[in-house]
Amino acid sequence: MAFLEINGLRKRFGQVEILKGIDLELEKGGFLVLVGPSGCGKSTLLNTIAGLETITSGEIRIDDRAVNDLHPSKRDIAMVFQSYALYPNMTVAGNISFGMEMRGVPADERQKAIDKVAKVLQIGHLLQRKPSQLSGGQRQRVAMGRALVRDPKLFLFDEPLSNLDAKLRVDMRIEIKRLHATTGTTIVYVTHDQIEAMTLATKIAVMRDGEVQQFGTPAEIYNNPANVFVADFMGSPAMNLIPATIGGDGSGMAVVLDREARQPITLPMTNAPAGLSAFKGKPVIFGVRPEALTDPEGAERNASHIATADCHIEVVEPAGSDTFAVTNLGGKGVVARLRADANIQPGTSTPLAFNLTKAVFFDPATENRIR
Amino acid sequence: MSTMAAPVRQVSGGVNVKIVNRVVIYGLLALFALFYLMPLFVMLVTSFKTMNEIQNGNMLSLPKAPTFDPWLKAWGETCVGLTCAGIKGYFWNSIKMVVPAVLISTMLGALNGYVLTKWRFRGATLVFGLMLFACFIPFQSVLLPMATILGSLGRLGVSLQNSVGTSFGLGNPTVNLVFVHVVYGIGFTTLFFRNYYEAFPTELVKAAQVDGASFFQIFRRIMLPNSMPIFVVTVIYQFTNIWNDFLFASAYAGTGDSMPMTVALNNVVNTSTGVVEYNVNMAAAMIAALPTLLVYVLAGRYFVRGLMAGAVKG
Ligand SMILES: Nc1ncnc2c1ncn2[C@@H]1O[C@H](COP(=O)(O)OP(=O)(O)OP(=O)(O)O)[C@@H](O)[C@H]1O
Ligand SMILES: [Mg+2]
Repeated sequence: MAFLEINGLRKRFGQVEILKGIDLELEKGGFLVLVGPSGCGKSTLLNTIAGLETITSGEIRIDDRAVNDLHPSKRDIAMVFQSYALYPNMTVAGNISFGMEMRGVPADERQKAIDKVAKVLQIGHLLQRKPSQLSGGQRQRVAMGRALVRDPKLFLFDEPLSNLDAKLRVDMRIEIKRLHATTGTTIVYVTHDQIEAMTLATKIAVMRDGEVQQFGTPAEIYNNPANVFVADFMGSPAMNLIPATIGGDGSGMAVVLDREARQPITLPMTNAPAGLSAFKGKPVIFGVRPEALTDPEGAERNASHIATADCHIEVVEPAGSDTFAVTNLGGKGVVARLRADANIQPGTSTPLAFNLTKAVFFDPATENRIR
Repeated sequence: MSTMAAPVRQVSGGVNVKIVNRVVIYGLLALFALFYLMPLFVMLVTSFKTMNEIQNGNMLSLPKAPTFDPWLKAWGETCVGLTCAGIKGYFWNSIKMVVPAVLISTMLGALNGYVLTKWRFRGATLVFGLMLFACFIPFQSVLLPMATILGSLGRLGVSLQNSVGTSFGLGNPTVNLVFVHVVYGIGFTTLFFRNYYEAFPTELVKAAQVDGASFFQIFRRIMLPNSMPIFVVTVIYQFTNIWNDFLFASAYAGTGDSMPMTVALNNVVNTSTGVVEYNVNMAAAMIAALPTLLVYVLAGRYFVRGLMAGAVKG
């Protein structure tokens, strides 16, 4: 029995349906990350779980108890808001203990709890300050402290790191990961950041326009995207999605990639997914991540299925640890990820290895995965 | 309609033109300031002169032998209508009426603003529109209906007095005025607070809800402590309006012991027994004006700041 269950959740504002039937579940101690483009309903979903928005239909269960009609304060949740939402008139200590005060916790117990949380988050020296006297990262930690001090059943985080600079964001991300690992709390977390999603989550839900496009572990989402949207959304640099045709004779199949003013590339397939045979002679979308498109020496050794083809390199972008090369296939710029010391020049042809074990195919009409 | 590009005027005379402009602008400003300050100046100097000096001297000259007597007389001895006990009683009447009226109307405005922005219900916009409308109702059109209502409240008070033993203040002129000013002021105070709370981050309210705070706890612990600027603006606005009100005061408490300061001042000036004591009249007028001046001086800084804050935040 899952700890957090969302069944057929719908939410409309007036005439507009914002959440169109969400089904999710999360085990106890799990870390669910919600990702999706701006305006797809992530915050709305989080608010309905918190009880800050009513729902139109469906059901939300926390710890095997329907909470649909329960007031936010009765759901035993703690929430960290995107804007932190610290009370400007109270000190840091006042902010952290306000929830306990409202619940009638005696003053000495409150003090003990504040001290404990302040130590974990290293904000002991800030306790008597007002939020306006804190830096962004300090405010962030206070906002976390306000949630942590409560020890609730469920934590809700709405883009808690989005206002921080890159360095602080990495630090806080590790802090959150450590927190989750040590306390084993259950967390629902909204983010725009790919890396946050991949590193923190035990489960990811990719959302678009109020619908869950795919729900699974980070590895499933990354390696087995359900459709073009998920493939394109997750991963940075994004997956190459190349218009292609399926060719080949008899039982053998091949991916044919058109090129401007050059011979098409033909990559023979031996491990094609079953559904692909229906697409013989038809167009498909061929998806290959940049790290599965490399120089032959850098190709994954134990990959069973690698095809090599000469490609014309148009742009070379050295990025420190890797070198990215752009070639043109199927009328699109395609990014390959090479070793940092790969010796290639723009304007020349060089052999590139396609790791076809990692390649995926989509139906151009429905944009769904061909399996 | 097309917007015309404003012609760019070349500054030909350079520095000279600038100086001339400055002189003209500051000259005009000084003139206006003088124009506004003149009556105050005359009032102030006259209130410190003896009657002799007033009758024989120049209106604008400073008092030769400044005396505090007119002020003392205005406060404690001058005749208001037929009673000659000064204006002090009426001054306290005004205070007793203004303070509750200001506090009640301000608190109700804050509560309305809070509900209209953070607990939006069906038809909230309509309710707010109607309240806005209340700001535009002319005083005069309220006079007679309000008199009728106050009359019925008074009769209710009398029957309560007879049956229960207390009228709960119904029918008391001071209570009546408080009631009238609260009702009339709610439109304005709601407008002020609604606009301020519109820009107030809703996430704070949500956070407090998750923290388990109730409707009134959120109002008292989160909203009010963060409303200082608009609170001061509203208090100043209400205080000035209610203290200076003459129409309602003379209509509903125009006679007897409970008349407020403004009505009493009018009666002082109109009491025509023998010579007109200009110095006493001026002193009484100054005393009547002091509380509003005081409120401006004490809270004026916030007034400007509050208006600005509202303007920027929208
Ligand atoms: N109170 C409301 N009334 C009407 N529409 C709303 C309301 N709140 C949100 N919406 C709409 O619902 C949609 C989803 O909003 P939501 O805030 O959940 O997006 P989000 O996924 O969190 O986006 P972001 O990543 O930008 O924070 C948006 O199109 C928004 O305009
Ligand atoms: Mg959001």
